[in-house]
Amino acid sequence: MDRFRMIFQYFQSNSESVMNGICGLLALASVKMYTSLDFSCPCLPQYNMAYGLGIMFVPPIILFLCGLILNRQSLVMLEEWRRPPGHRKKDQAVIRYMCSSIMQRAMVAPVVWIIVTLLDGKCLICAFSGSMDPQKFVGFANVSTEQVQLLLAKVPCKDDELMRNNTSRKAVSRYLRCWSQALGWSILLILIIAAFLARWLRPCFSQATLLQARHWSNYIDIEQKIFEDTCCEHSRLFAHKCILHFFESMQQEIKLHSFSLPREGEGAEGGEGLVQGITDHDQVNKLLKTWYYEKPPLDVSQAHQR
Amino acid sequence: MDKFRMIFQFFQSNQESFMNGICGIMALASTQMYSAFDFNCPCLPQYNLAYGLGILLVPPFILFLLGFVLNNNISMLAEEWRRPRGRRGKDPAVLRYMFCSMAQRAMIAPVVWLSVTLLDGKCITCAFCTSVPVETLGNASHPRLSQGEVQRLLAQIPCKEIYNGQQLIANEVAVRYLRCISQALGWCFVLLMTTLAFLVRSLRPCFSQAAFLKSRYWSHYIDIERKLFDETCAEHARSFAKVCIQQFFEGMSTDLVAAHCHLPRKAPADTGEAAEKLLGITDQGTMNMALKSWHRCKPPLHLHPPAQPTGNGWAGEGQPPTHPSAPRKETAAYYSWV
Repeated sequence: MDRFRMIFQYFQSNSESVMNGICGLLALASVKMYTSLDFSCPCLPQYNMAYGLGIMFVPPIILFLCGLILNRQSLVMLEEWRRPPGHRKKDQAVIRYMCSSIMQRAMVAPVVWIIVTLLDGKCLICAFSGSMDPQKFVGFANVSTEQVQLLLAKVPCKDDELMRNNTSRKAVSRYLRCWSQALGWSILLILIIAAFLARWLRPCFSQATLLQARHWSNYIDIEQKIFEDTCCEHSRLFAHKCILHFFESMQQEIKLHSFSLPREGEGAEGGEGLVQGITDHDQVNKLLKTWYYEKPPLDVSQAHQR
Repeated sequence: MDKFRMIFQFFQSNQESFMNGICGIMALASTQMYSAFDFNCPCLPQYNLAYGLGILLVPPFILFLLGFVLNNNISMLAEEWRRPRGRRGKDPAVLRYMFCSMAQRAMIAPVVWLSVTLLDGKCITCAFCTSVPVETLGNASHPRLSQGEVQRLLAQIPCKEIYNGQQLIANEVAVRYLRCISQALGWCFVLLMTTLAFLVRSLRPCFSQAAFLKSRYWSHYIDIERKLFDETCAEHARSFAKVCIQQFFEGMSTDLVAAHCHLPRKAPADTGEAAEKLLGITDQGTMNMALKSWHRCKPPLHLHPPAQPTGNGWAGEGQPPTHPSAPRKETAAYYSWV
């Protein structure tokens, strides 16, 4: 009983902490991915915007989907949502609670990616350098329109031969990076304030409903784990009985064929009982062959009745 | 029994996590392999495409097959698929479930290799450098060159040290263009795979959840049954061996007594249990004979019923009629060594 309680508590506390751990790992992975990614802006007028915005928005979608996939609770929630009511009513509040907690955890890694991207600045410089107003910058003010588009597109590439010592390039780059970092810090500030408010104000409204929803969502999770464990236990016992039944029926068959006298049990403890009918090289081979060619039916009711 | 059950449950619940662990290790191994691999583009027009696409596509295929090889359950699946029907029907849903779960795990390392390769960009740069649009990206004032010359120059793009087509098209421009396309392909590929995985995982509980529970239970059952059968056979083999060896020693000491080769010394009365364990062999000569006999002429794989009152351990009732002459042959062979 004590052991059961310990296992229960382990399951209870660990589901949430496992999910939080996975969440944190994904966030770290997103930072690592960004730093190891070799960002190379194409520096061509038609491709810059697509590349820059693509790098900023496609990996967050991937990280969000990964966060949903790796979260075991999302499967539990889906099952609970789609199951037929049967004898147990469905509680929409529980499903909503589970859904919101899954979404919150899945959103952490994408937000980390977007903020790191904005604070670094390369994506925005690549995407919006072609949309700058050339009149604001001395080096681009008196150049023809197509030429200026080409030059602006090459701003993110420091090592390009045209841009190597161009001071206006540095000016555009600094301007865009400043905007990018401002955007990044603002988003971070807004999100943290929102999280702070949500966590502080929640106890003021519907605390009782929240406690109920949290309790029952934990319950559903634990119930499913225990059901799986019980199925494993059951299949182990089923297999055990099936195999013993098989050995006994082989012993009986051999007894019938060899017309030998029934032996008194030599001691039917454990192993010795197995050896009783099967005492010969050929008999063992026959047993193994029968196991392969004719597996016993999945029915241990006769074993019970014996 | 309790301990057994706990270990079993650990194994059972852990087989999935064990396979997931192997999966993750293979994915890490594939990224490590890629970073340790020394990529050398040949920079020749005819070979670039083959080399680049080869590095892109052949290792994933190898990793996929390796994923199957390292999975213990492949032999279980093959066995269940090929076994004769016998008295137990075969459920194709179970086979499909086992195959799908193995294929999904085996696909992770190849997908990781493809993503890392595409995001890095070297393969696509090497394979498609001869297809760069020179008209749009190249310098306007380049000398008219023949097609073959252009191809030869473009093929050298990945090898910066020997590239001498700067006037045709700048090396950095071409490399940036190709790498941008490669990364776009890479991210789209990863997005596609992740979306597929998400759909597969989330649509399953909406349809056929009951069938899924059934297939999962029976595939676990087949696995456990196989393991338990192996264990039961091992137990049986142990008991078989014990009785066989016991009967060998008994037979030896009985024959010694019967042939008057050696008078058994009477063991002192107070060491009854120890004397029993000695199985009638109490001196060096007899022991040496027993060992030699064990090596030169092992007893047949055939256990007899418990000791008959006649003391002749070889002949007994209850022998299956298939081995009437073997014991006598063994006896004769044994005597010849005395």
